[in-house]
Amino acid sequence: MTSEDVERLLIQFQDEEGEVLGSPFDVPLDITPDKLQLVCNALLQKEEPVPLAFFVRGEAEVVSSLGSCVKALGVETEQVLPVVYQPQAVFRVRAVARCTSTLQGHTEAVISTAFSPTGKYLASGSGDTTVRFWDLMTETPHHTARGHTHWVLSIAWSPDGKKLASGCKNSQICLWDPVTGAQMGKTLTGHTKWITWLCWEPLHLNPECRYLASSSKDGSIRVWDTVLGRCEKILTGHTQSVTCVKWGGDGLLYTSSQDRTVKVWRAKDGVQCRTLQGHAHWVNTLALSTDYVLRTGAFEPATATINPQDLTGSLEELKNQALQRYNKVRGSAPERLVSGSDDFTLFLWNPAEDKKPLARMTGHSALVNEVLFSPDTRLLASASFDKSIKIWDGRTGKYLMSLRGHVASVYQVAWSADSRLLVSGSSDSTLKVWDIKTGKLNMDLPGHADEVYAVDWSPDGQRVASGGKDKCLRIWRR
Amino acid sequence: MPQNEHIELHRKRHGQRLDHHERKRKKESREVHERSHKAKKLIGLKAKLYHKQRHAEKIQMKKTLKMHEQRKTKQKNDDKTPEGAVPAYLLDREGQSRAKVLSNMIKQKRKEKAGKWEVPLPKVRAQGETEVLKVIKTGKRQKKAWKRMVTKVCFVGDGFTRKPPKYERFIRPMGLRFKKAHVTHPELKATFCLPILGVKKNPSSPLYTSLGVITKGTVVEVNVSELGLVTQGGKVIWGKYAQVTNNPENDGCINATVPGYPEFTRNVLTTTKNTKIQHAVGFQSQDHQEDR
Repeated sequence: MTSEDVERLLIQFQDEEGEVLGSPFDVPLDITPDKLQLVCNALLQKEEPVPLAFFVRGEAEVVSSLGSCVKALGVETEQVLPVVYQPQAVFRVRAVARCTSTLQGHTEAVISTAFSPTGKYLASGSGDTTVRFWDLMTETPHHTARGHTHWVLSIAWSPDGKKLASGCKNSQICLWDPVTGAQMGKTLTGHTKWITWLCWEPLHLNPECRYLASSSKDGSIRVWDTVLGRCEKILTGHTQSVTCVKWGGDGLLYTSSQDRTVKVWRAKDGVQCRTLQGHAHWVNTLALSTDYVLRTGAFEPATATINPQDLTGSLEELKNQALQRYNKVRGSAPERLVSGSDDFTLFLWNPAEDKKPLARMTGHSALVNEVLFSPDTRLLASASFDKSIKIWDGRTGKYLMSLRGHVASVYQVAWSADSRLLVSGSSDSTLKVWDIKTGKLNMDLPGHADEVYAVDWSPDGQRVASGGKDKCLRIWRR
Repeated sequence: MPQNEHIELHRKRHGQRLDHHERKRKKESREVHERSHKAKKLIGLKAKLYHKQRHAEKIQMKKTLKMHEQRKTKQKNDDKTPEGAVPAYLLDREGQSRAKVLSNMIKQKRKEKAGKWEVPLPKVRAQGETEVLKVIKTGKRQKKAWKRMVTKVCFVGDGFTRKPPKYERFIRPMGLRFKKAHVTHPELKATFCLPILGVKKNPSSPLYTSLGVITKGTVVEVNVSELGLVTQGGKVIWGKYAQVTNNPENDGCINATVPGYPEFTRNVLTTTKNTKIQHAVGFQSQDHQEDR
């Protein structure tokens, strides 16, 4: 029997924010992540063991054994080594592999598609001026909502899943009821040019889901009261088209525009707080770290069942659930904002506090079309017209990896609810599912006949919907 | 034709005939018949002229009638939604059709092989020496004619000091020295006033390049650090080439364009001298970069 003394090392568990857990531990160097997980779970004293990922000193992930990681880093074995543990999502989303149905019905290109916050309904907006609702159980058309007079450019579900707002190129906004497919209230008019983005007020700020923010090419942002059907506030300040508007969880509105600035507004009175400057060309897209949790509201993806259900409970309960989820994801740091621009770079901002960016992320060789935080806010994906997707660290903005495989511009990306998988739709008519842990292509999903304009992953992780220029909406499942 | 207003004066003083209005009315109603009589009976050149004029009148009448009709009827709003629906992120961008992209790729490959590149103003009128340089006579008897004065706008660097005036061959007047240029970015459709770093190439002659003469078509390097452009590697771009698009000596300012993204790295300028096309020597240029 070989009596080799394996070197031992003192490690100290820390959580992401720097708080220590327990006292320093003496462990052998060849300890694997599984055993580390057992130890850590014991320390955390939770009822169910939570899957964890470990990072030495917060930088390098422990993949095979602690020893190899330490050797790679060249760390001294004499001192206490801080090991950061990150709880991963308890549930695991399986990669989608096959196209279960091609939903035809639109007579023009499908421009936008979105799942409702619980994953029960699917809506798609198209160039034939209709918004169609699809029944996910049978994968057939459910309702066709007619009312718009021009292409439906953007759609947005209210966080409680009971209303859908859609904006068209004739600057009108309509609200629809997904159950009956009928229009709720009257058409909201007021903008003078087309609507570029729609965003609802988060559930934990107002459980009735009453207010809706819309941005338009005419450079203004309007906050609408959907119950009364009128415009509450008009926020002007941008000199060119506003490309994106996001309603943050702290009561701030963030808007990006083609005039190269990002502006921060107070939602309560519509006063402009800050202007974030730095980009050299149009700012195309914004992403908030708490985007996913604001979109899903009170629905917890871990509790999803095979048959998606509507949210039940009184308004108070829903509000509390949503607030809990929001606080958990947000942590103690304020929300972070990422903006992607035509100048091929991204900026990471702390908009609630600072005018200066936290980091500038360069590396793309063509314009950045979409940026998206992962649901656990640790990672950031940027899709660009240079055919690649880049993954960055969500906290510091450090570059992590590039996902290459598409042969034409990547238009949109969508994260799975457990932040392990990413699906991307591109102009080359394919969708690709990427595994983030390995950085490799998991699944290639060809099938569309023409460019893929819109991609969405349902919050319960079961389905991916994609629509494009070939007028079909495709649903992909495991 | 009356040369004065005596007819009107008479009318004011004495009024009109008693049956004036009656006669006027009847004459006007007869006019229609007279017109049709004329149209039927005229022959020859007069007829041709008349018919041409009448045709034009009728067209105008029909147009106004139609316009009035439109106002009366309720518009059915017949515009069908145009084809080619694109999502919001593609709306302000010009989409290229695939065939065009492929043919552009082939064209670019061919140009690369031939060593030709694109510049906003590829062909520029060459400026002769008599136009750009004016002879200055010196000497006790004003006979010596070896000095020249530049009559076009020029750029001299920051640390420029004149040579001793006795030995100075080329005079660049202070009034024609400019430091800033108005640079237009074609995509952003915005113009910035940026300081000039230097004259890279004057298409007319290398002599003008070395003197710093700026005429239409000259490639100048401008300081773009204000704009905040960054390369892929994270380096900040502080210099870019722009081509002058106006005649600065006529306007009093220098207008230039940056030929859009991606960066303008190499170019070949051509000048036309009468019918002969002269190719200026191509050069390699790289945007100045600095580490952040």
